[in-house]
Amino acid sequence: MSGPIPLQWPLCLSALLFTLGMVGVLTRRNMIQVFMSLELMLNAVNLNLVAFSRHLESLTGQVFVLFVFTVAAAEAAVGLAIIIAFYRNKPTLNVDEFNLLKW
Amino acid sequence: MMPAIHYAAILPELCLLVFGLGHLLLSFTVQEENKGSLAAIAILILVVAGATLIPLWDQPVVTFAGSYAVDNFALFFKWVFLLAAVLAILHSGSYLRQEGMEHGEYYTLLLFAVLGMMVMASARDLMVVYVGLELMSITFYCLVGFLRGRLGSNEAALKYFILGAFSSAFLLYGFSLIYGITGTTSIPEIHTFLAAHPEAMAAPLALAIVMVIVGLGFKVSMVPFHFWSPDVYTGAPTPVTAFLSVGSEAAAFAAILRIFVSGLAGQSPLWSGLLTALAVITMTVGNLMAIQQRDVKRMLAYSSVTHAGYILVGVVVGGAAGSATVMFYMLSYAFMNIGAFGVVAALNRTEGAEGASLDHFAGLAKVHPALGAVMLVLLLSLAGIPPTAGFFGKFYIFMGAVQANLVWLAVVGMLNSAVSAYYYLRVVVYMYMRDPEGEPQLLLSTPMRWSLAASIAGVFALGLFPDTILALARASAAVF
Repeated sequence: MSGPIPLQWPLCLSALLFTLGMVGVLTRRNMIQVFMSLELMLNAVNLNLVAFSRHLESLTGQVFVLFVFTVAAAEAAVGLAIIIAFYRNKPTLNVDEFNLLKW
Repeated sequence: MMPAIHYAAILPELCLLVFGLGHLLLSFTVQEENKGSLAAIAILILVVAGATLIPLWDQPVVTFAGSYAVDNFALFFKWVFLLAAVLAILHSGSYLRQEGMEHGEYYTLLLFAVLGMMVMASARDLMVVYVGLELMSITFYCLVGFLRGRLGSNEAALKYFILGAFSSAFLLYGFSLIYGITGTTSIPEIHTFLAAHPEAMAAPLALAIVMVIVGLGFKVSMVPFHFWSPDVYTGAPTPVTAFLSVGSEAAAFAAILRIFVSGLAGQSPLWSGLLTALAVITMTVGNLMAIQQRDVKRMLAYSSVTHAGYILVGVVVGGAAGSATVMFYMLSYAFMNIGAFGVVAALNRTEGAEGASLDHFAGLAKVHPALGAVMLVLLLSLAGIPPTAGFFGKFYIFMGAVQANLVWLAVVGMLNSAVSAYYYLRVVVYMYMRDPEGEPQLLLSTPMRWSLAASIAGVFALGLFPDTILALARASAAVF
């Protein structure tokens, strides 16, 4: 086999990863697993951007990925800090027990 | 070769960034008894930033290789953000002192949230929209959870964080599809490309538009992406709620106007129907939920969902005329909503601080007639009764809908507005016709009085001289 990978392949993979992440956020009950699913969604987007960037032969997509990485790192730091602050007051990571405020 | 950067045009942003960092350093060295001065310094920084905006009026500049626009549209929104931040900070000091959480980083975070909003209002590139949005959101996650010893605040921050990150993933996926279809992230270039290729990939483009609407709809608490707002508004420190409800909504609407009314204007058949439906659902669901609330903070949260619905009508009308009505509404909303949350903050009780029940408002007009009167004016304005800002905000939006041949949409909006009077006036009934239960503890410091006075002055100024402000908004929206 030779030649470049068709654009559809990474796009399908990215759509699959995004869906997996979305289902994970909605169904996982452990806070850390929800968090990992969120990161999976962001990385699905990154894959999309890189695939388009390669296909369109434009660098914009890859620059965008760098921004997404940076923001995701900041977001992870703040997110984990919030989880720790919560855990100090109520030692649980189960999403179902976040019930002080009704949804 | 580096593209030229107009430093003069981004002076307000630089001012917030540099002085904001300086404020953070300063807050480490300030003695415990001088903590009150940190709020004053933060306000000074905001005022300086507001003053540096003035010479930029009517001098549109596009810089950072076309990705950052400093035009009248951006300036109008930036003034709204700065105003909202000043009003919210005036409410913050005594509230935080009562909670024992008066730390300098609160004000620094608030300044950076304003910076994020300003970046969003000026963004002319999807990448810049995203970075501004996240700068605003991440600082808000921290601010919502600022009362870190309190479980309600932690929980609100966690929910806001999870749902916020979830929605920005959708937004990003939408952006990546738009990039894939058009080959660019610059909003004007997207417009040019789509004008040249009107039939380009309608199906993926529709998917991208839906995802962008999900992502930004979350920020403006559009139904069905509104579930976070009542919880977050209730759990967050009340001054933060006030700022969040106005600032984050205004910034998201600025981005919506830039992306949809400007960038995707040619594709309006793909999104205007969807936004119209969402506007109707948002108004109605927000109203129906608000009626059931006995907690005033939750009621105001659902009421802000309803207001997002009214504002969406202005977006659907689109063009310069629709955008101007949205901008007028955002300004009047800043005055009335921050004021209303300010009164709730004044009624804050340390023990039952998860919200403010209607019963806390019983007999307020007898205990403190001035505070009762302030709340009365603000609620009348929220309900849209003349001669207040809220009336003209709604009037212009619905007039715009009528002129755009969307008479039915204006009628739905007016009916909803009539329904909303019920739950606003219920608070008035409690304040004026019930007897106070026990001796209510009021937290009403001098800065809070100033902020409430400014809100009242704004509500009446916009109510008595609406034409002047609308003309200003029209001049700002002329960029479309």
